[in-house]
Amino acid sequence: MLKQSLIGLAGAFVLGLLIFVALAWRSSIAPIEPPAAASFPPDLVAKGEALAGAGNCASCHTAKDGQPFAGGYGLVTSFGTVYSSNITPDPETGIGRWSEAAFARALHDGVARSGKHLFPTFPYDHFTKIDSDDMKALYAFLMTRTPVRSEAKPNTLPFPLNIRMLQEGWKILFFRKGVFEPVAGKSDEWNRGAYLAEGLGHCGACHTPRNGLGAEKKGKTYAGATIDGWIAPALTDASTSPVAWSEAELFAYLRSGASALHGTAAGSMSDVVHDGLSKLPDADIKALAVYLADINGSSAKLAGTDAAVQKAVATSGLGFTNEPDPDARLYASACGSCHYNSGPQPLAARPELALNSALTLPEPTNFIQVVLKGVGLGEGMPNVMMPGFAQALSDDDVARLAVYLRRTRTDLPPWTDVESKVAAIRAQASAAP
Amino acid sequence: MITFQLNGKKVSLDLDGDTLLLWALRDELGLKGTKFGCGIGMCGACTVHVEGRATRSCLTPISAIDGAEITTIEGLDPAGQHPLQRAWIETQAPQCGYCQSGQIMQAASLLKDFPEPTDRDIDAVMGGNLCRCMAYVRIRKAIKLAAAELRGTDVK
Repeated sequence: MLKQSLIGLAGAFVLGLLIFVALAWRSSIAPIEPPAAASFPPDLVAKGEALAGAGNCASCHTAKDGQPFAGGYGLVTSFGTVYSSNITPDPETGIGRWSEAAFARALHDGVARSGKHLFPTFPYDHFTKIDSDDMKALYAFLMTRTPVRSEAKPNTLPFPLNIRMLQEGWKILFFRKGVFEPVAGKSDEWNRGAYLAEGLGHCGACHTPRNGLGAEKKGKTYAGATIDGWIAPALTDASTSPVAWSEAELFAYLRSGASALHGTAAGSMSDVVHDGLSKLPDADIKALAVYLADINGSSAKLAGTDAAVQKAVATSGLGFTNEPDPDARLYASACGSCHYNSGPQPLAARPELALNSALTLPEPTNFIQVVLKGVGLGEGMPNVMMPGFAQALSDDDVARLAVYLRRTRTDLPPWTDVESKVAAIRAQASAAP
Repeated sequence: MITFQLNGKKVSLDLDGDTLLLWALRDELGLKGTKFGCGIGMCGACTVHVEGRATRSCLTPISAIDGAEITTIEGLDPAGQHPLQRAWIETQAPQCGYCQSGQIMQAASLLKDFPEPTDRDIDAVMGGNLCRCMAYVRIRKAIKLAAAELRGTDVK
């Protein structure tokens, strides 16, 4: 009886395995002779260049100081480090032998030309929404880049996570294939913004929290998440910004890298704006702003803008009189000369800290990152830099500034254990490759 | 190789990118007007302009200013006749003088953002520029004098 049950169980297991393998199996798509760059019409290539900007492909597919699109950038995940692939048209190490069908399958289904499953660090769960015209243009753009010979670096995923076939399980659980469907009742502009944000732009890859298996949580779209040592703030009405992220503010921020009432793009968001979105025409940035301003419910918050700005600017002068508070003195010496505003509106080149998400997020992560690293001339607001204070301020100094500003510039509950968070971010920065 | 515009002239430095702008200016390029004070961005003596905005050169590695336009006290006005410099002389603002180049560079940046600065504006923006001689009252007066000249009005 026991023997029969065991045989039955083993049989069921083998059958299940066979079914899974059958489901997970993807055939290889025949290699092609690399197409000549001249075979792609220039206007299609130009369209593809803008779209590759919207997707910010270069950001992940370029190693630090590496050739554009040649891969090798290591994305650190909680499962291990996954290195990006070479998407230049090199025939041996890149995608030179990939047909357009193979390219489209990779973006739509997360499957390489060879038939192996791609890991979802490549956000095919978003790219599946790309329509066929845009797919053609992206293919034309990438196949006309300079081929770079560069072998992929091996990932550091542990067994059994490195078994590619198991990705089919992830796909069954979390992946819904399908090109973007316009939402009825919304304007063309809104739908264009939604198409860019949810598809190529893959905003959710950073701004949506992920579950234990690394999939974006359903029902938590754009709720904000921690990624790569930074907080990608909520893009919903859960935004902690004192002032509404209106269409105009979003446009200014996404177009120029800074808005007077929210501050400057820092960390990888600066790359998104300056290396990616900068390739898109104003109309597309406006469409993104229309879509994002709608989903964050900013219209309800708009009426409070003037009051919130007045309140913020009123705090801007705190800390400069001869008060005995040593934290205020530290702020006045280190920060005030650039961050003070007298109103009525703050100046964009003087980011108003009371309005800045670095101070209003639930954790001091972004505040600490910016104080330690600064903001480069090419980041955030162009030609306005903030030097990093990593060598100048101790962990205790940075923590004191964080606690002081949170206390005097916001009505939010104090951050806790800030000094050890500064130490952790400092350690992470010095360990970064 | 790091290349930038210094007081309107192109300069190239073959130095480690982590070299601080302060030391590149003083020790490599021979411009001694920019002073070393605290080395941690707390006193303002090392203030120069990066793309026209006051920046502490003791915190700024040269890798961060590759391609940028840098102005030091030597380049604020080719003849040393910037309205702030003349106001400084007229009010006899400096005492020992060590912090003054940083004060003037910070004040020049202040006047771009606040053309008609109040005492509060001056105290806040200049609060990171320390003067051990305590010449603050005369510094404030000089800034207002220069601001009035730049606006073409009399001091209020």
